[in-house]
Amino acid sequence: MDTGALGKVYNDGEVIVRQGDEGHCMYVIQAGEVEVVREGDGAEIALAVLGAGDVFGEMALFDREARSATVRAKGEARVLTLDKRTFLRRVHEDPSVAFRILQRMSHRIRQLNDEIARLNAEVGKLRPGQ
Amino acid sequence: MNKGTSRPLTLDDGARVGVVGGGPAGSMFSTFLLSIAERVGLDVSADVYEWRDFTKTGPAGCNMCGGIVSESLVENLAAEGINLPTTVVRRAIDSYVLHMDVGTVRFETPLKEMRIAATHRGAGPRGTTPSQWEGLDGFLLKLAEDRGARVVPGRVEEVAWTDGRPLVRTRGGSFVPYDLLVVAVGVNSKVLGLFGDAVPPYRQPRTRKTYICEFAMGRDLVEERLGSSMHVFLLNLPRIDFAAIIPKGDFATLCLLGRDIDDALVEAFLDAPEVRACLPLDAEGAKRVCHCAPHLSVRGAREPFGDRVVFVGDCGVTRLYKDGIGAAYRTAKAAAVTAVFDGIAAGDFRRHFWPVCRAIERDNRLGGLVFMLTRLIQKARLLRRGVVRMVSDEQCRNGAQRRMSRMLWDTFTGSAPYRSVVARGFHPAFLARFAGNIIAGLWPRTRRG
Repeated sequence: MDTGALGKVYNDGEVIVRQGDEGHCMYVIQAGEVEVVREGDGAEIALAVLGAGDVFGEMALFDREARSATVRAKGEARVLTLDKRTFLRRVHEDPSVAFRILQRMSHRIRQLNDEIARLNAEVGKLRPGQ
Repeated sequence: MNKGTSRPLTLDDGARVGVVGGGPAGSMFSTFLLSIAERVGLDVSADVYEWRDFTKTGPAGCNMCGGIVSESLVENLAAEGINLPTTVVRRAIDSYVLHMDVGTVRFETPLKEMRIAATHRGAGPRGTTPSQWEGLDGFLLKLAEDRGARVVPGRVEEVAWTDGRPLVRTRGGSFVPYDLLVVAVGVNSKVLGLFGDAVPPYRQPRTRKTYICEFAMGRDLVEERLGSSMHVFLLNLPRIDFAAIIPKGDFATLCLLGRDIDDALVEAFLDAPEVRACLPLDAEGAKRVCHCAPHLSVRGAREPFGDRVVFVGDCGVTRLYKDGIGAAYRTAKAAAVTAVFDGIAAGDFRRHFWPVCRAIERDNRLGGLVFMLTRLIQKARLLRRGVVRMVSDEQCRNGAQRRMSRMLWDTFTGSAPYRSVVARGFHPAFLARFAGNIIAGLWPRTRRG
């Protein structure tokens, strides 16, 4: 590994965040890619692939719910952990620190809205009488 | 200069901001100013005056500092979308090693990952050839440029005021007027002297001379002797408050902070067996390639703001001995947020910028207490034995019970405010366990005796 590489290196397939676990951190990808999957009924649904500069696990900073998805390395990935308490202390001092994360969350809500609209349209096509 | 009017002064569309100094404080101010202004739809421009060429090695491109980006700053920058690349970080640090005559202890980052960045401020020490590395200052200045800041490669020679507005003149140039002047020069810069008369209430920070030396060791020797740890020394030497050796690729940086550090004291430090084990100065070992004795701010400036002017970074207020780049980030951000959202009058900076500086200053007073206690430990062998015993004992305990390790980590890394360090140090459970370890440290000697 490069001696100047910040964060922690995860090998291909290694789980960084597991669905259902309690969350105390968020993560910023420094290099490589991770995949976000939702587990249920013995199957996995791929939600997203994130790359360098992307953040994940940020919902744990704002609520106390369990992790909503599993995140694992796709190939070798290097990830920096942001401690919840340190981050929130800084947000209390300077709320604008959270702007970028809010921007990401806003972007994801838009993507989800688009996805809901697309799925509704597909359901509508499958039920032409309704 | 008008030092405090009651009329509102704001940055409006088309406003021009002059930033004197393109180190971390000036670069980060410019980046944040332009980013925040863009978010709110405000059209402002920023000129950054920087005479140094950060692509050059040696003093021409260096801002003379240990170059450590603390754990908390690495996190904050990442949250802001600024991730330090591997071309800037010469060595990612995951642990500290504390060396004392009574033993050595190692403690790792609480999250067990590389979370501290050792960087060179410029392109590298004197005599080295520029390589694939870039300095921290050059990287941050490039970010500001990418955001739209214009870098003016000249040394500011004169600052004047007309109709309450600041004007800046570089060598051979004419005066350029600005709506806001941001002073982001270090305490070692002669340019800072221009502001004593131009901004009457401002008084420069109180400083102390330090010693920084770069050693060429070669990558293998650095890895063998220093690894991925920052090495801190608590030796019974006078006038040294803090001593550290930081690995940086092929080099190691020695930082000595304290009072009246002279050549004799430096040689005494380098001759200590604990230091020689890390930094062998024999024919095959480390070679001194570059050194400087910069001043370090130990007490903040008075009134680092006025109408249309604000001082960020260590020419304003910085943290005592630690995390100076982190303090530059905090003050630069506070000044940028104030300028965009609240105004640029002295009163605006007093209400919204000064509390951030004051919080740092108040914390520094507690920092003074922390370093006083550190000096006490340096002098008392009994206390040093207690520290080593307690940290060694904590290695098999869980995170919350590692009270001494956490306190030393926060003290040496600058990751937490000094008030947290003091709170940990005066916790009854900590005091009881420390006392127990001091007493236990007596036992072998008593038995032998």
